[in-house]
Amino acid sequence: MPTSDAATGQRARSHATRPPDARLTTPAIDVRGLRFHYPDGHEALRGIDLQVEAGERVALLGANGAGKTTLALHLNGINVPDEGSVRIGDLLVEESTFAEVRRRVGLVFQDPDDQLFMPTVGEDVAFGPANLGLRGADLDARVAEALAAVDASQLADRTPHHLSGGERRRAALATVLAMRPDVLVLDEPTSGLDPAGHRELVEVLRSLPMTQVVITHDLPFALELCERAVIIGEGRVAADRSTATALADGQLLARHRLALPYGFDPGHVAPPETA
Amino acid sequence: MGARHTHPLYVHGHSRVHRLAPEVKVAAAVAFVFGVAVTPRQALWVFAIDAVMLLVVVALSGIGPRFVLTRLLVILPFIAFAFFIPFVGSGEQVEVLGVAVSREGLWGMWNVVAKATIGATVSILLAATTEVPRLLTGMGRLRVPATLTAIASFMVRYLELLAGELRRMRIAMASRGYDPRWLWQARPVATSAGALFIRSYERGERVHAAMLARGYTGTMPEIDERRATTGEWLAGALVPVVAWLAAMVALVAG
Repeated sequence: MPTSDAATGQRARSHATRPPDARLTTPAIDVRGLRFHYPDGHEALRGIDLQVEAGERVALLGANGAGKTTLALHLNGINVPDEGSVRIGDLLVEESTFAEVRRRVGLVFQDPDDQLFMPTVGEDVAFGPANLGLRGADLDARVAEALAAVDASQLADRTPHHLSGGERRRAALATVLAMRPDVLVLDEPTSGLDPAGHRELVEVLRSLPMTQVVITHDLPFALELCERAVIIGEGRVAADRSTATALADGQLLARHRLALPYGFDPGHVAPPETA
Repeated sequence: MGARHTHPLYVHGHSRVHRLAPEVKVAAAVAFVFGVAVTPRQALWVFAIDAVMLLVVVALSGIGPRFVLTRLLVILPFIAFAFFIPFVGSGEQVEVLGVAVSREGLWGMWNVVAKATIGATVSILLAATTEVPRLLTGMGRLRVPATLTAIASFMVRYLELLAGELRRMRIAMASRGYDPRWLWQARPVATSAGALFIRSYERGERVHAAMLARGYTGTMPEIDERRATTGEWLAGALVPVVAWLAAMVALVAG
């Protein structure tokens, strides 16, 4: 089975030949030799190496069951590696650093109903920063800031099950932004969104300055949002290159059960203006 | 905007009763109901005082008598049962509308009807003026264990989601021609209940992971809200204290 392709080699070389000053800065995410198996014995990750620079937006692509979500859950210590290491900035993810890592890495789950568990959106957004010890006016300000960032200030008093899919998604994003994370990890953020909700989400994400890792099957979305695409296959990094070149490689996509929508040609799409 | 629609028993409003701190309302409601419960059944004047006080609070809350009366219908099945007591009771018989009934039984019926009506009205009033989240906050401040209030809060949040999942499953079954009429056709119902349980369990795990990801360490952070003032406690204590005093006087005198 394909474990890597020529592109991985190219990428590795381009890393090695980078000017030395670029390598002095600590990457926002540094995953090395990560292996993980689930209690039922299924080996989900078989040696992942991945570096993401601060401020970069990376699309994590791959078939269902390739290990994308499993990898995401390692980035803030929900899953703990069998082998290898995960660093967030200068911090090694281990039990003693969970609290700080979870502040730095905001995870937006696939189903907003898993994320929004409090009776109202406002209380839900307050949950994270309250765990960090914020209270009173500071907490209120933080909640207001996070809701404003996703254009959802009017949802503060609403109860999650009366929101539309798009509102729920933005509320879930706000709950994480309230932690002021350095890294945002989104698991299939466009699933179940109508086209307008999709558009609003893209605009919100493009307006956010932090490092973003976006798990998605939605290739046009990946192309619009992320300059770089990492394809995970069988628990390894199978390809790591620019999103435009990855999407232009039909064989690569087919190998990883990815497919472009009918009529979509990444070669004929103007690149999004850089934010 | 701002309507939370948390439950169908809530009536949106800004009355003095709505504004009272939730812990005061919960404590006052419980204390008042206990006061009514210990009142001797023959002390009609005590029930009269209780009823008048309750009506005054209902009037202050602005939720409207119609709302209370229609919600009160839920106690009818229980009261209907009480109406049999005079006919089956033993002891001295009296005639009511030409029918011989037990005097003891009549008092028994009165006891059930009066206390059930007052008790149900109190809970309707509490629910109508307090949103569920605030109700839970109030219970938490009254030292109800956090685990219990957390469970109740999760139940409130996920009940509709569960009901929605169940509804979709039933629609999916019905779409494939399933129309159970007999007990031996119930197997798919049992299977779907099992599936619902597994789904809920897995959702529980995902919700927990999402909470951990936001720094949850095992205790819910108490997000400061306005605490009850001494004035509120005094106002809230008024009704139950009068009810208890009256009940005590009736007990001692009776």
